[in-house]
Amino acid sequence: MLSIKDLRAGIEEREILKGINLDIKPGEVHAIMGPNGSGKSTLASVLAGKQDYEVTGGSVTFEGKDLLELAPEERAGEGIFLSFQYPVEIPGLSTTNFMKTAVNEIRKYRGQDELDAVSFLKKMKEKMALVEIDQSMLSRSLNEGFSGGEKKRNEIFQMAMLEPKLAILDETDSGLDIDAIRIVANGVNKLRTPENGILVITHYQRLLDYIVPDFVHVLYNGRIVKSGTKELAYELEERGYDFIKSELA
Amino acid sequence: MDTITYFKDRFEKLQEQQLDSRLKSLRDGAFSAFEQTGIPTVKHEEWKYTRISDFFSKDYHFTTDLQEQQFRATELQPFLLPGHENANIIVFVNGHYHAEHSVLRSEELEIISLEAAAHNQYAGIVETHLGHSADYHKDGINALNTAFIQEGVFIHIQKGKTVNHPVYIYNVTDARSGNIFAQPRALVHVGENAQVEILETFATIGADESFTNQVFEIAVEENAVLSLYKIQNDAANSTIVSTTHVHQVGKSVANVVTISLSGGLVRNNLNMVMSAPYCEANLSGLYLQSGHTHVDNHTVVDNRQPNCLSNELYKGIMNGHATGVFNGKIFVRQIAQKTNAYQTNKNILLSGNATVNTKPQLEIFADDVKCSHGCTVGRLDEEALFYLKARGISEATARSLLLHGFALDVLEKIGSEDVRQYVNKLVTASLNLG
Ligand SMILES: Nc1ncnc2c1ncn2[C@@H]1O[C@H](COP(=O)(O)OP(=O)(O)OP(=O)(O)O)[C@@H](O)[C@H]1O
Ligand SMILES: [Mg+2]
Repeated sequence: MLSIKDLRAGIEEREILKGINLDIKPGEVHAIMGPNGSGKSTLASVLAGKQDYEVTGGSVTFEGKDLLELAPEERAGEGIFLSFQYPVEIPGLSTTNFMKTAVNEIRKYRGQDELDAVSFLKKMKEKMALVEIDQSMLSRSLNEGFSGGEKKRNEIFQMAMLEPKLAILDETDSGLDIDAIRIVANGVNKLRTPENGILVITHYQRLLDYIVPDFVHVLYNGRIVKSGTKELAYELEERGYDFIKSELA
Repeated sequence: MDTITYFKDRFEKLQEQQLDSRLKSLRDGAFSAFEQTGIPTVKHEEWKYTRISDFFSKDYHFTTDLQEQQFRATELQPFLLPGHENANIIVFVNGHYHAEHSVLRSEELEIISLEAAAHNQYAGIVETHLGHSADYHKDGINALNTAFIQEGVFIHIQKGKTVNHPVYIYNVTDARSGNIFAQPRALVHVGENAQVEILETFATIGADESFTNQVFEIAVEENAVLSLYKIQNDAANSTIVSTTHVHQVGKSVANVVTISLSGGLVRNNLNMVMSAPYCEANLSGLYLQSGHTHVDNHTVVDNRQPNCLSNELYKGIMNGHATGVFNGKIFVRQIAQKTNAYQTNKNILLSGNATVNTKPQLEIFADDVKCSHGCTVGRLDEEALFYLKARGISEATARSLLLHGFALDVLEKIGSEDVRQYVNKLVTASLNLG
């Protein structure tokens, strides 16, 4: 469903992604690990359409469409969801209103009618239960004053509401307590169907016990330098990144 | 003919006609102040960014010249505010109070002319409070209004009463046949333990230019609560100088929310004078401008007694070539220990051609006070915009959601549900255009 070929992107003169190749097929879960600053979030942002990054080469197709031609909101309409590493605080906009707008704009993009108030509420209730989040948090200004963990849980709530085809989770586990990791993983696993794809960016093998990946990739210095199965994550946990660096040298 | 001579002729005529007026000497003093200073130009420290003098080099009608206007109630129709049917209504047309279009619904309320009030049991109140704003405005435009006070309006709220219907004030200018210079004037006295909610708006009819120079003084007694919502959504051919002077004579609460959505040029002077300990003043404002409009909010919070609290929150969203000014003065007199005074002014510029000049001015002479101020002028947060778009929300909707969110805490200061919803609708509509 997602095919990234020799993707190069950077900011101003600096190249951050230096030729990424990655294929995600429906139903697959891929994990990306890699040292700080290696380009994981940059990749996620480029996939979501952040304008700050200039794509200087390569291609990305999503379900046959040239993803790089689409605006961020169109990508979301096509079914891409990014759980932000650092969710943005939005004063004066509640999660509820945010989601009402997002759900309906996406429906509009897909040529569907707006969700009526009753169906929307029903959906909210269902997803709130799924990620164990309560109403009071959804009425507050989005992410404003939320704890790190609350922000991440809210991201997963949004994902559950929008039911994307491809979810990209950028360090959704960081800042989560042990129970919350389980809850978040549970939310993600609900999305795991033969049609959907998931890309998990994480530093910790632990998350992958809950969201078991089909493939694990190591992103280092703007390139995927090693790919394997879930065992690779254990190896990294044990040995750190040094062995990869020495393999490369 | 220069401006001073122009007004001098009319002033002398007025004084001759009203020989037995109790307001005569007040007018005399004001006119000589006007003669000394004239219409403020941009050379005047307080008017540096706001040019009102151009109007006076054109031909215009001054309200004293006008015959009693033909004005029909239907002409007010397009400007009616929600809840109009249940409100006490005060209508000014070209600066003149129109009793026939005004409606008194609350018996806790008395509306009479200033001249009448100066002669009856309210004479003391009129003498103490009428013209008090001049202490804070040493400029000709304030003096000019006072120099020409004729009937004006005196609104009295009986002590111990909560006015059950809000008071709506319509400042209408009829510029259908020539430019108009109008000077509405009102004095409100909120008695001890009384509560009142006032909503006022400005409207111009016709395509010629209108200049409204309004002075609105309010005295608030012990334990009284005043809520004043000022909604400025006037035409592009209008200029408004609106001076609102709130004098908290006793320990009281005053809430003023100023919403400026359009209008050619708007200058608001808002003074909160806290002359009793433990007063509370809340000043909030939202200005949302585009095109070539100009909006200037000058506020003064004067802590004259200890233990007063003031919260000031002004926010601006500026598009096109709009220009904005915020000037927030806070005085803390030497005796005013334990003052708490907070001030925030935040602005978002949506276009490279829009500007805002923001300036806090704190003059603190007491040592045991808590004062804070902060001002920002920035652009719409790109990170936030991307976050919303990444959720499938279109650029235009994302922008208006963010801007609405930015404005929301000011809108929430509007205590009246009806008014809040109405203003919210106006704000949302104008954000969607941007
Ligand atoms: N907007 C930007 N401006 C300047 N440099 C940037 C920008 N975004 C990313 N970079 C740089 O690109 C490199 C990759 O950053 P990125 O955030 O993608 O790393 P990461 O792999 O997600 O790291 P972490 O594990 O710490 O989250 C870093 O050196 C970072 O400083
Ligand atoms: Mg990152």
